[in-house]
Amino acid sequence: MTAPLLVFFLLAALAVIGAVSLILQKHPIHSALSLIVVMVALAGLYLLMGAEFVAAVQIIVYGGAIMVLFVFVIMLLNAGVEEHTSLSKLAGPPGLLLVVALAAFVAATIAKSGAGVQAAAQTGALSSTKGISEMVFKDFVYPFELTSFLILVAILGAVVLAQREKS
Amino acid sequence: MHSLFATKDDLYITLAKVCVLLFVVLTVNAYLTWFERKVVAHIQSRWGPHRVGPHGLLQPLADGLKFFFKEDPTPAGVDKFVYHLAPLLALALALTSIALIPFGPDPIRWHGHDIYLGIAPLNLNVGILALFAITALGVYGVALAGWSSNSKYPLLGGLRSSAQMISYELTLTMSVVGVLLMAGSFNLRDIIDAQARHPERGILGWNVWPQILGFFCFFTAAVAETNRVPFDLPEAESELVAGFHTEYASFKFAMFFIAEYTSMITVSCLCTIMFFGGWLSPFPASWTFTHYLPSVILIPSGLWVIMDGFHYETLFGRIVLPGIGTAITALGLALIVLPHQYNEFIQAPFWFLSKVLLFLFVYVWMRGTLPRFRYDQLMAFGWKLLLPASIVNVILTSFVILAKMQWGHP
Repeated sequence: MTAPLLVFFLLAALAVIGAVSLILQKHPIHSALSLIVVMVALAGLYLLMGAEFVAAVQIIVYGGAIMVLFVFVIMLLNAGVEEHTSLSKLAGPPGLLLVVALAAFVAATIAKSGAGVQAAAQTGALSSTKGISEMVFKDFVYPFELTSFLILVAILGAVVLAQREKS
Repeated sequence: MHSLFATKDDLYITLAKVCVLLFVVLTVNAYLTWFERKVVAHIQSRWGPHRVGPHGLLQPLADGLKFFFKEDPTPAGVDKFVYHLAPLLALALALTSIALIPFGPDPIRWHGHDIYLGIAPLNLNVGILALFAITALGVYGVALAGWSSNSKYPLLGGLRSSAQMISYELTLTMSVVGVLLMAGSFNLRDIIDAQARHPERGILGWNVWPQILGFFCFFTAAVAETNRVPFDLPEAESELVAGFHTEYASFKFAMFFIAEYTSMITVSCLCTIMFFGGWLSPFPASWTFTHYLPSVILIPSGLWVIMDGFHYETLFGRIVLPGIGTAITALGLALIVLPHQYNEFIQAPFWFLSKVLLFLFVYVWMRGTLPRFRYDQLMAFGWKLLLPASIVNVILTSFVILAKMQWGHP
């Protein structure tokens, strides 16, 4: 087994363990911490594929900004240990079915595009800042601008919601 | 990435570098506390530590020993896992960030290997982004420590710190965009090289002149990110006892302490690299006689240390201080006597460390001079003044660069 493959399996295991622990943890802060572990493990996987920029942005935006906000809100509300309700009986079988379907779908996609994924990882088009800039501001400039417009609308909505109680 | 460790030797060299850097950083940390206490004391017309060793030089050692042997109680009702994780996280992230700093341009040739000063690989194209990523995670150490302590003052300190770090991180990132536009790269080495495009300009070629607004925003935001005076609200002792680390004792407290001082060093290194030309000399490249400046400083200070040592009638004064003084003087003499290449090699680290020391002094100076902000002032300052100023800086820089591209002015 080569070193990159070993690192890949380590990071993948970390991501899966983090995701499972996110669901199983009783306390919201522990769940948030598990989610941070998933984010950082994913960043490691991007780094392994040579996408340094995406890895750094993944940690700055998701691991840093967004998760800090999560933790901040949990701390501010001083949320305690989650209360146990009687679990829904209906959720079990359809959930299991959905899990199997999703796993099959992902496996099929990977089987179909295995060569393509590898090629994309090895060309390293996403590794240089220049390459990313060209993609974002030339090839995909309209989707990019539309997304930023969407985010602006969301920010305005948040401001309006926060201000409503004053009047 | 795949060829990070091409051979076994590379792995060993990197491991050795990690050990050396860890040792140096921890020692510098210890003596930074001494430096800070001395400088603040002199600002306030006191002597500062002067009992343990000559000039209190052994005080950091005594403090370190004390940290080790203090009782380490765990308060009742804490979240055990998070409580123990928080200081580890803070320390680990602070130490990781300094591993990304390059300390000199030239490699040391040793048994056929080029050993560069600094741990990060040369072609780390996301250098500054990786640093910001680690800084972005740094807030967890403080926030989780405050939350897990099961005590109201740490909780308030942790909340303040999270809010402050989120607010100032925006400014911190926006304010370096001007520098990145000028350099055209995220790589820290490229950023320094971009400031050496006109070797004859010396100090005038550094980024700090065209980016003076960016530098002001960056340094202010960086001080806020490291929770130092005048932005040390997370540990405001008159309001919050000691803020987020109130419930920590012994070595866990020391870990927060080391993390804070390591962040100070990292931020000083970053300021040096981004705005003050990194390892470049402030003099024009043709002034080769300035290359003897390290010797001119080292020899008199070495002689002074020898002289000073004889004032003390202890083992320290009779042997250790004169020994250190002789070593410093010998180093200064060796740089003159030895072949030219040694003197050339020492220039870059000399200037780099001098500038870092200058910034560390500014940190301490601010602590001795400025009063603490009020919380609403802090937020208003960050959001209403610094962030707009840094955005204006980005727009202005882009316009100037675009104009130069249009009209072909170099």
